[in-house]
Order: sequence, then structure tokens, then C-alpha cells
Amino acid sequence: MNKFLQRLSAATAVLAMALAVHPAVAEEVVKIGVILPLTGPFADYGEEIGNGLKLYMKQNGDTVAGKKISVVIRDSTGIAPEVAKRLAQEMLVQDKVDILAGFGLTPNALAVAPLATQAKKLMVIMNAATSVITTKSPYIVRLSHTLPQISAPMANYAVKHGFKKVYTLVADYGPGIDSELAFKKAFEASGNQLVGSVRVPVSNVDFAPYIQRIKDAAPQAIFLFLPPGNATVAFLKAYKERGLEKAGITLLATVDFADDNMMDALGSSVIGVVTTGHYSEAHDSPMNKAYVKAYAEAYGTKIRPNFMSVGGYDGMATIYAALKKTNGDADGDKLIAAVKGLQFESPRGPVMIDPETRDIIQTVYFRRAEEKNGKLVNIEFDQVKNVKDPGK
Amino acid sequence: MLNFLGLLFDGLAYGTLLFLISVGLSVTLGLMGFVNLAHGVFAMLGGYLLVTLMGHFGIGFMGSLPIVFIVVALASLVLERTLYRPFYKKTHLDQVLLTVGIIFVAIAGATFFWGPGQQPIAIPVWLKGQLTLAGIDLSRYRLFLMAVGAAITLLLVFGLERTRFGARVRASVERQRTAESMGIHVERVFQITFALGSGLAGLGGALGVDVLGLDPYFPLKYLVYFLLIVVVGGPGSVTGTLSAALLLGVADTAGKYYIPETGAFVIYVAMIVLLLLFPQGLFGRRKEI
Amino acid sequence: MNADQQPALTPPYLSTLAARERWGRAEIAFWIGLVAVYFLFPNHLMFASQILITGLFAVSLDLILGYAGIVTLGHAAFFGLGAYTAGLLTKVGVTEPAMGLVVAGLVAGIFGYLSSYLVLRGRDLSRLMITLGIGLLLYEVANRATDITGGVDGLQGMAVGKLLGLFDFGLYGKTAYLYVLVVSFLLFLMVRSLMTAPYGLSLRSIRENQQRAVAIGIPIRARLTNIYTLSAVIAGISGALLTQTTQFVAIDVFAFQRSADLLMVLLIGGTATLYGGFVGAAVFLIAQNWLSSINAEYWLFWLGLLLIITTRYLRGGVMGGLKTLHRLSARAKEGEKP
Repeated sequence: MNKFLQRLSAATAVLAMALAVHPAVAEEVVKIGVILPLTGPFADYGEEIGNGLKLYMKQNGDTVAGKKISVVIRDSTGIAPEVAKRLAQEMLVQDKVDILAGFGLTPNALAVAPLATQAKKLMVIMNAATSVITTKSPYIVRLSHTLPQISAPMANYAVKHGFKKVYTLVADYGPGIDSELAFKKAFEASGNQLVGSVRVPVSNVDFAPYIQRIKDAAPQAIFLFLPPGNATVAFLKAYKERGLEKAGITLLATVDFADDNMMDALGSSVIGVVTTGHYSEAHDSPMNKAYVKAYAEAYGTKIRPNFMSVGGYDGMATIYAALKKTNGDADGDKLIAAVKGLQFESPRGPVMIDPETRDIIQTVYFRRAEEKNGKLVNIEFDQVKNVKDPGK
Repeated sequence: MLNFLGLLFDGLAYGTLLFLISVGLSVTLGLMGFVNLAHGVFAMLGGYLLVTLMGHFGIGFMGSLPIVFIVVALASLVLERTLYRPFYKKTHLDQVLLTVGIIFVAIAGATFFWGPGQQPIAIPVWLKGQLTLAGIDLSRYRLFLMAVGAAITLLLVFGLERTRFGARVRASVERQRTAESMGIHVERVFQITFALGSGLAGLGGALGVDVLGLDPYFPLKYLVYFLLIVVVGGPGSVTGTLSAALLLGVADTAGKYYIPETGAFVIYVAMIVLLLLFPQGLFGRRKEI
Repeated sequence: MNADQQPALTPPYLSTLAARERWGRAEIAFWIGLVAVYFLFPNHLMFASQILITGLFAVSLDLILGYAGIVTLGHAAFFGLGAYTAGLLTKVGVTEPAMGLVVAGLVAGIFGYLSSYLVLRGRDLSRLMITLGIGLLLYEVANRATDITGGVDGLQGMAVGKLLGLFDFGLYGKTAYLYVLVVSFLLFLMVRSLMTAPYGLSLRSIRENQQRAVAIGIPIRARLTNIYTLSAVIAGISGALLTQTTQFVAIDVFAFQRSADLLMVLLIGGTATLYGGFVGAAVFLIAQNWLSSINAEYWLFWLGLLLIITTRYLRGGVMGGLKTLHRLSARAKEGEKP
């Protein structure tokens, strides 16, 4: 009976809303076309980013500066630039979207970039992390991070803590190489030399032989970049079980390694691992506490908010802020002008859009994985403020 | 030298795992000439079952393994009856298409039930860490893998060589028609071996969660490995499959250690070259598929 | 109509060949329909181009799989080679798209010719694995050679020039569609005349029974080698078309998924029917687009199910179904006549 009443009241509410909205149909709409990988091996990226994006709308309503925000989400199916480009083109010419957003993966973003230029529409990157993306169109703004941005500070950390002998291990593809080079550059700039580096196939999960190689070189620390998933879990296991930790070799990695959403899969072995990153679920700020709570209410506890979800959330925040500045005008040139130099508080901390590169400037945190209240989290213990992307 | 022995050990353990998963495929291919690209699906199912049994039902690691074996074997029987059987007499192309379809459904199904991410697994404490024997560091878990692998190989070889059922299987692989004319019910033999092979794949998948990882794309990721082992080992031969799996395991491990620059090339080049040099498989009987 | 009513001077096999070569009404309508798409769906021309490109790629697979019976799991290798060739050419200054097509076709063709020696040696299973291996190998090469290909991030700094120096590929994809349509039609004409000629029949006889094909004097090896090469050329050209119309190329052109999807496309359309590739591409991509817009997460499930059902129950694909319908209606008409 109770349930029935609930449904009845819900139905009444919907009806009332429909009636209330009716006169407002004439109200103008700003359409946002979102392209995310919702199937395929990167489906969890898309899910996280989409969650963050929807959560922002849920919290802040779907009206900005008198305009109604409507969102169309389409699936790019993974690394598929031609699909992303086609979807973006259809959204632009048929759905007449005013803003393009999403983009979990670099190639998809790169393929769409010329369309944003041609159509003069704002394009908001919510994850894709290769440096070069923002240079591909003057209408692109990025709200995630770049790999050099979070890799380079780790080199300074290593130097500061007296690690003279460092070995790097990265996945053998674009992002891994970016990360390795950024780390190497910053590390060697302080007069140190890497004792060795190895690039492993992206799909590799058997790390025993690589661990043996590292052991032979006897470094003080390993710098690691691997895409979150099979590889990180397998590496951590090998690192623990093959006595690298016991041999006193410290593990240093990027946010991708200790992705909040991967912590349970990594298990308690992750405790003590130091990573650099721009977002941690355990970031200590009232805004983040509210964010984490709202996220859990909306999506349950099985999926945890991570840096990708915050990318989606902040992407929407940027769009809202820009629309407020332009007074609801969705013109691409006006929006991108409004976005430049934008500063706001994000669940990750203070962020700013670089007026020159339209890339994000943010605090990079040093975090250590710990168990807190029965949950594995990354506790921030140090930070570097206002880090720009060193890759440009 | 010590390094080499350590690598050899790791490679052999890795190979053992590959053997467990692939041996079923080898037998079904040899027996029925059925190209089952979806074999990895059984391994994946085994992995997910183990994770669920341990995580959801609180059954221990060792207790879960036999359940995994039985459930996967039964599940494969259902699939065999409903989907596979009508395809035995069809072309290889049809079999490929059917089994690719099954892989896709399995990937979507696994994503639906377990989510797209990586699955956590907690192996028992007594299997974690390393033992040091004569200066060589040996992972306990890999030792355990080798022990299981050795036990199963012995059982399989004994079963095939010494039992009546084994004789029937061998006869059916050798000459299907002759075996049939001698009163062996080849389809029944096939059914049982299929279930056994799938059960072993499930067991291998479960044991492999810790080494190979587990996510919905498992059946595609390792497809090349399974096929390579079977084709190199020669379809239908247990000892051939074992040798090929161990060889691949050791070569893969040693390659990564000594020449990490070559990365993923080694395995693909090895596959092409071996197939060209030994179209019947390294240890194969003369049977071309 | 039965045999003795035929004019005595034309041997029956010649009339069969002539009948095969004749253009049916449905065929003409098909191509006119494709032209009409340009006017009917101005907002979907990019999608339409991609359907045509996938269709052409599927036709190339049909040549070896449908007609010659060669099982492959790595046809994306040629597609990818063509795609990267077209992209890289624009970086070294050759920005004319038509030139790009020719070179891409050549490169893919040469690779196809060379690899045919590896592929054609074995039987089904080893062919399957060698093609799979070659496909994965090329994927890995493209992944590793980041200086040349840009790796997983995709090729940087390519810029496709104006078509024939005149037509720009604009936002609406109008030029792109017409360009793809013309190229597809020309290549299709060539394939059609080859497959309706005795050459095509000889391929079918190889597929059906190699020993008999040898017995009636068909040079099997040569036939298979040159059809494999031709197939690679067309696959390469379709890859180049994709690069030029997308104006971008990334590593997914070599992905296993692309080869597997292609098998599905062809199967849905119907093998060895000439039009199966195009029809399958249309059905497949429209279904993918539609299903993934309602429930993106589980699109793969429906795809797999579709594949299983098609293989199990509708082996002829859409074209097979249409033929059956056609035959039934023809029989019905014949029944009415007397």
C-alpha cells in the first residue's frame, strides 16, 4: 500500500511538473552533445564520466541563465575516431547541439576537434589526457588532466626524498610514453639518471620477468604508468609477492594506478603506495564530502567516484559557469572567451582554465594509499599548487 | 644462472595455466574438428564463478575450485546441446561465426552481471609470498599452480591411456568413422570430453584470476594464446598441448626478461612462423584442419 | 521455360552467363537509391558514407570468403594499411585524395600479394590463425611505431586536400558522400563483371570442390593468389576512403574487432551475392546506431545474438532471404499464368 502511495504521489508530481513546464516550452534550450565510450573495453570510463556529468545536473538543476539544458549522450564504442566524428557531425547538423562534450579517449577527441573549429562550437574534454589535444582547435577546453602534468611532479618528489636510482616501467603506447618522458625529463633536469626503463605491452599481465629485471638493477624506486585494469592489479601483486617491497624498492605511480574505483580490486596490497594525482575520493574539503555523499546516493556504493567522474562533473560546471557569464548565449566564440581564465572550486580543489592554452591548471597532490574506516583510499599528504601542463 | 632458473620456474607455471585452459579446446578440435573460438568463455565463467563464490557466498578458495569445475562443465553441456551440436557438420566458417557470436554475448553478459572492471580476488594467505629454495625465489602460488597442473596432467594421461573411456576417445580422434563403425558412440564420447575440457578451462580460468586477471574481455584477450597452443601442440593430443603450453610459457617469460623491447611481437611472429614450418603442429598427429 | 525451347544456336552455358551479366531492375534501383540518399538525408551523409565504405570493405571480403571460400580473421590488416597510407601521404605532401586512393590500393595490394603465400598454404584453421596473426602483428607495429603512426593517439598533422583540387570535404559531408559513392560504384562494376564472368564461376568451383576444380583445369593457386590480392586492394582503398572522409586515422583500423565485425556484416548481408556486403553494412551499422542509442551498454549482446541466430537459422543473410522471396513470388506468378 505504501509503495502504491509512493508511486501515486510520484505520478502526480510528474503530471504537475509537466503542466508547470508547459508554458515554458517557448523557453530556449541549450543542447549539449556528449560522446563517451559506453561499450567496449573503456566502458567504465564512460560510465564514470557520465555519472559525474549527470550528478552535476541533478544538483544544480537543468536551467542556467534562463536556458534549459538538454543533454544527448551517444556511445563512441571505444577507440573509434570515425564513430566519434560521425556522431559529433550528426549532433551538430541534425540535433543542432550548441556544445560538444565528453571524450574519454584521445583519438576520438582528436578526430572531432576539426569539427568544433568548423562549426565554431565549444568542445569540453572531460577525460582524454594527451597534451596535444587542446592545440587542435581554439574551441577546446579541458577539465581533466594531462599525463605530463601529473608525472613530472613525481620526479621532484623522488629527488626530494633522496631517490637517486629510479627505474621506470610504463605501458608501451602513447600515454605511457608521454608519462615516461615527462618523468625522465624532470628527473634528469635535477642531475640524476634513470637506472633503467622498460616499456611493456599494453595487454601484458605477467610481470614476473620485468620485476626480475628491475630487481637486478636494484633501484631505490620504480616510477610506474599503467592503464587502470588488469595490468595495475597484476603489477601490484607481482611487486608485493616478488619481494620488491621487502628489498626496499618504493613504488611511485600516477593517479591511474590508484584510481579510486580500482582500489578494491587492488586489495590491501596497495597500502603505502605513493601516487600523484589531481583527485582523490578522500580529498579533505566540504565540497568533496558533499560530492562523495551525493555520488553514493545516486549510484550506490559499488561504483566509487574517481578522477574521471570529477572530469565529467567539472566539465558540466564549466559549461554552466560559461553560460552564466554569456547570459545564456551558446555561441562558441563567446563561450570559449568566457571559459578562459575561469576559476572555480571543484571537488578536487581549486581549478583554473589557463587563458592561453585552455587547459586546466590545478593542484597536483601526493597521496599515500591507506585503509580508513574499512575502505582503501588515497590520503593526500603534500601538494604542488597551480600546476600547468608541462607538455606544451 | 639463478635468474634463469627462476625465470624457467615462472615460465613453467605460466605454461601450466595455459595448458589447463587450452587442453579442452585441443581435444574438442581434434575430436570433432569443431573450431570453438569461444573456449575462453568457459575460462572466464570459471573466473567469475570463483570470485562470486568467494565474495558472495563466503566459500573458501580451495572449496570453490571443485564447484567451479562442476558448474562450468554442466553449463558447457547445456551450450553443447542447444547451440554447438547443429554446427558439427557445418563449415568452419559457420563455426567461427557462431562462436564469435557467443564470445560477444558472453562479454556483454559478464559486463551486465559483474561490471566492466577488474575483479578483485583474495587468495589464501598460505599461497601468498615466496619461498626461497637453494637461492631461487619461488612464488608459492605458482608452485601450487604447477602442482595442480601436474596432478591434472597425470590424471588426464592416465585416463586417456589406461581407461576404457580413454581408449574410446583415442579411437574417435584417430578415425572417427572407424570408431563409429566399431560401436563407439562418438557423439556421446565427444559430449563428455567437451564437458571435461570446459570444466578444466573453468578451473584454469579460476586459478588464473590471480595471474591472468579477469574482466569481460578475457575470452578475446587470450584467444590467440589458446589457439596458438592448440595448433602448435597438434589438435587432439594432450602431451602435445602440454609441451606447447610449457614452451610458450617459458618463451614468453624469457623473451620479456631478456629482450623486453620486442614486446608483443614475439608471440605473433612465433605463431606465424611455427604454423608455416609445422602446419600439422610441432607434436601433431597427421591431421589437418 | 525448359531447355528445348531455347534457340538452338546458343549453348545453355552462354545464356546462363549472359543472364548473370544482365543488370536487373532491382540492381539499377539500388544504385539510384544511393544517389537519392544524397537528397533525402542531407543530415546523415557522413553516416551514409561510412555505410558505403564498410559495404565496399565487406565486398572485398566477399571476394575471398564468399566466392573463394578462404576463411580470414584478419582482413582489417589491408583496411588499416590503406587507411594509414592515405593518412601518411597527406603528411608528405600528396594531399590529392584520388592519388591517395591509388597509392593506398597499391600498398595494400602488394602486401596482400606477399601475404597470400603465407595464407594460402594451409587449410581453414591455419589460415584463420595466420590471418589473425598478421592482423595483430600490424596492429602492434602501428602501436609501437609512434613516430610514424602516432600510436594509439592517432596520426597527427594529416590534412586531406581538396578533391581534384576543387571540392572541399565540408561539415555536412556532401562531397565525401558523392566521392565515396562514385569510387564504390566503379570498384563494384569491376567486381561485378569479374564475378559474373567465367572467372567468378571458377572461384566458386574451387570453393565447392578443390579436387574437381583441378580436374577441370582451373589453376587453383594462381586464381586464389590473384583474388586475394584484388581483395586486399579493395580493402586498402576502403580504408583510404575512411581516412579521407574522417580526416583522421587511428590504430582501431587494425583492430581485431573490425575484422570480426566485418564477418558479421557480410554474413548478415549474405555471402557471394555481390550486394550482400552493402546490404549487410547498412543493416549492421543502422542497427548498431539504433541499439546503442537506446541501450549502449549492452549493444554487444544483441550483436552476438544476432550473429548466432543468423548463423543458425538465416544462413543466406538478407540477400538469401530476398532471393527466396523473389523465387516464391516468381513461382506464384508462373502459377497464375496458365
